[in-house]
Amino acid sequence: MITETQVHERNLVRFAADKPEVIVFSGDLTGSTEIKLFRDTYPDRFFSLGMAEQNMMSWAGGMAREGFLPHVHTFAVFMYRRALDQIEMSIAYPNLRVRMFGFLPGITTPGGVSHQAVDDIAVLRGVPNMTIFETGDATDVESVLDLAHAVDGPVYVRMIRKEVPRLFPADRPARFDRVRVVRSGGSGAGPDLTLVTAGITTEEAMRATAYLAGQGVSVEHLHASTLKPFTDEQVVQSAAAGRYGVLSVENHTVSGGLGTCVAELLAQHGTGKPLRKLGLMDTYAHGASQQYLMKEYHLDALSIVRAVQEMIGESFDATEEDLAAVRLSDFAATGQLEAL
Amino acid sequence: MSDLHGIARGIRRRALDLTIQKNGCYLSQALSAAEILALLYGKLLHIGPSTAPAVPGPFPGVPRPGFHPLGADYNGPREPGYDRLLLSAAHYAVAVYAALVETGRMAPEGLEQFNEDGSSVEMIGGEHSPGMELTTGSFGQALSQAGGIALARRLRGESGRVFVFMSDGEFEEGQTYEGVQACVHYNLDKVIVFVDVNGQQVDGAIADVMGIEPLAGRLEGFGAAVQVVNGHDLEALEKAALVEHRGKPLFVLCYTDTARGVPLLEERKPYLHYVRFKSDEEKRQYADFLAAM
Repeated sequence: MITETQVHERNLVRFAADKPEVIVFSGDLTGSTEIKLFRDTYPDRFFSLGMAEQNMMSWAGGMAREGFLPHVHTFAVFMYRRALDQIEMSIAYPNLRVRMFGFLPGITTPGGVSHQAVDDIAVLRGVPNMTIFETGDATDVESVLDLAHAVDGPVYVRMIRKEVPRLFPADRPARFDRVRVVRSGGSGAGPDLTLVTAGITTEEAMRATAYLAGQGVSVEHLHASTLKPFTDEQVVQSAAAGRYGVLSVENHTVSGGLGTCVAELLAQHGTGKPLRKLGLMDTYAHGASQQYLMKEYHLDALSIVRAVQEMIGESFDATEEDLAAVRLSDFAATGQLEAL
Repeated sequence: MSDLHGIARGIRRRALDLTIQKNGCYLSQALSAAEILALLYGKLLHIGPSTAPAVPGPFPGVPRPGFHPLGADYNGPREPGYDRLLLSAAHYAVAVYAALVETGRMAPEGLEQFNEDGSSVEMIGGEHSPGMELTTGSFGQALSQAGGIALARRLRGESGRVFVFMSDGEFEEGQTYEGVQACVHYNLDKVIVFVDVNGQQVDGAIADVMGIEPLAGRLEGFGAAVQVVNGHDLEALEKAALVEHRGKPLFVLCYTDTARGVPLLEERKPYLHYVRFKSDEEKRQYADFLAAM
């Protein structure tokens, strides 16, 4: 599998080149949120607001009222948790074009509970006027600035950073409120089940579906980059066509995140298929490596395979080794990843 | 100054009248802030004529794509050289509405809509309410927004100042100090903050609920320019606002009296956050006082 580094760092500089109204705020995390290159390239458009996030969010609202486009960068928890009232009153109520980049989603950091944004989507989905994107690969990261730019209102982006996988072709950017079909369930009878993922769970799910295909299980795998709004009928059609229902996997609590988005959409359409959610089961996490925590909280490929087994009532005796042996680059190269 | 005294008196009369008519209002805020707002709207603010209807329309809906209500239109057009007034303590909305009427920016009929269902002349206004540019009321946020606005205007080379009206209770909020810190860090000397230091909050005297003194010392410690004045002395207020403060935001701490001009209220101190009469007899007393005012 191909991985790339500092994707947002470079993309932000490219994006801002012809947009003088784009300004960047740092909350004392310039290196950690990949805005050093922006600072060095456009020093007059970079503003240090220090460790004072309530002020930073209201300040962004003030500058947005004057026609600037603040792109606020810090760890997600310090925005949606620490400064929620400021986000609501200074930005969301007046529907201002402030872009919030929340880093360290879910269990992607060993920083423990104080640094892990496990309920940001749930909290911000409830905020009127807010649009929410989540990034799961380099192409998502590159797509999201343009997606946000088209939104006349506040935007929250769940960002990944440093070394990120390139799961999808760079020339096929994410589309607004459209899921990406990572693997098709095939024509005719419909898939055994539908798998919906977002963010870092997509890469794990791709390993799982590759293994499952070898076991004769057909899974239609959909990747979501937009979490609010969430209205794509592709999800409904896929779920309706499948035999055993839908499995959602999210790097977030199972209340109010991706699984809830899917549940609401299916219920609105009267789909009547079972939904199983993998994610943080109404719990906070703790400080450890991402790999360790993904296993502990059942977000890894093996846990996905086991959940599928239970849903379809079969057993494959999958092992860590089986899943580790799946090389995603092979699938990309042989065209087995469909409709990317 | 005689005009300004008249405006201040009018603000008090109109707020008391509303309190009687509607049996409840943020009266003491209007009494303590009358001179501050009289000075701002009557003389200090460099603003153009109102571009809004003399009688405000109904609540126009919340901001949404393609629509942004502008209560600030009552403060005139947005021009690079014009000042802005940002009301941080939205509970003072009645005092702003009364000041708009007294300075010919809103028709007196506008005040009759105060706190009526469906009206934009709300009790604790938002940015759709006459004279209001921000949606405040959750305290301590306007100063940070003012900093953003002032920085944006400086980047565009605008000469207009950004006035903020705050209440002393807001100096219990942590964000206020973040805002002061950032305005000082960015040397925003176009930011001029009037603080109504009336010493009272919902639960009683600020000194008993959560002390904020020495307020001047706190702000000076942050690196801001500070003036301390009697908030009912129009000349002192104006002089303080015009003091040299290059490279620093200016805070004018206006020490005031919540019963100023309506001594009947003295007996209720320090519980004056929201004044509602307890009996018809009491209401009559105030009505008689108003008639003689």
